[in-house]
Amino acid sequence: MSWTAILVLAAGAYGFKLAGVLVGTRIEHPLLRRSVSLIPPALFCALIALQTFEKDTTLVLDARVVGLGVALIATWRKVPFIGVIVLAMAATAAARAMG
Amino acid sequence: MTSPSTHRRDSVALGAAVGLVAITFGVLASTAGLSLAKAMAMSMLVFTGASQFAAVGVISSGGSPVSAVGGALLLAARNSLYGMRLSERLARQGWKRIPGAQFVIDETTAMSVAQDNEEAATEAFWWTGIALFTFWNLGTLVGVLVGDAIGDPEVYGLDAAFPASFVALLGPHLSTAPGRVAGLVGASIAIVAVPFTPAGAPILLAALAIIPALLMPIAVEMTDPTGTPVEGRP
Repeated sequence: MSWTAILVLAAGAYGFKLAGVLVGTRIEHPLLRRSVSLIPPALFCALIALQTFEKDTTLVLDARVVGLGVALIATWRKVPFIGVIVLAMAATAAARAMG
Repeated sequence: MTSPSTHRRDSVALGAAVGLVAITFGVLASTAGLSLAKAMAMSMLVFTGASQFAAVGVISSGGSPVSAVGGALLLAARNSLYGMRLSERLARQGWKRIPGAQFVIDETTAMSVAQDNEEAATEAFWWTGIALFTFWNLGTLVGVLVGDAIGDPEVYGLDAAFPASFVALLGPHLSTAPGRVAGLVGASIAIVAVPFTPAGAPILLAALAIIPALLMPIAVEMTDPTGTPVEGRP
């Protein structure tokens, strides 16, 4: 990967971030503000689903689903943040080891 | 909901988990032929994990730099949406929003919007941003230098850390009906889109889930899943 490619990617990535920050402050209409506040749940649930079921742009069912299940139960049982991550990793690793 | 010590500790914990993922990035970057300087430049200047993995993945499978950068930028586009969500908070920071924008990624947004007051939300953004930036770059350095000595990170279940942390941070969003609709529809759109679209597109399409969510009535007072009344957040 050339320096040019890396710098173009870096400029583009920062450009996206900064554009959002600068444009966001100009959004005043209540409906648009509500739309923006609903972005996190929509994108975070999509990320969770993709990180659990997607592999190289195909859908697969593997050990990761065990980790997701454990994370959901641990969160529901009010396990602290770090505990949720550690339990999910351990469950995924165990499920993988058992094949 | 959380005391300052809780969100500070959680920021550092998330940073540490992400640092382990960065080791994987360092190993892959090195395998794809990137020098230490180039791998570090990626982690410092690009600083958005999914894009970095996608770019080195395309390069190591023999793809062109144009497709590597194009795919990575598609994955980076969602940070614009996060930036809009965080803009009011960052606007109060004056000039700091210019360097702060570099920290606008999945994890900082999740940690910030999970807080129940402005002060905690702003602080959680900076703590998570600085912790992630530090651990992400340290991890990349270790990955490039130590390389294969670590073995396959999936053996340790590392790929479960990211989705689990987001599950743990989702609570406040799912306490409202529009939030639940946005989440459920967003996840469904992303899954359905996977076989038909390039990497990065499913997550952008998931943003369309805000449309059905907007049609839900705004409740002034809601109850969380445990039945305790909580303050409404329009």
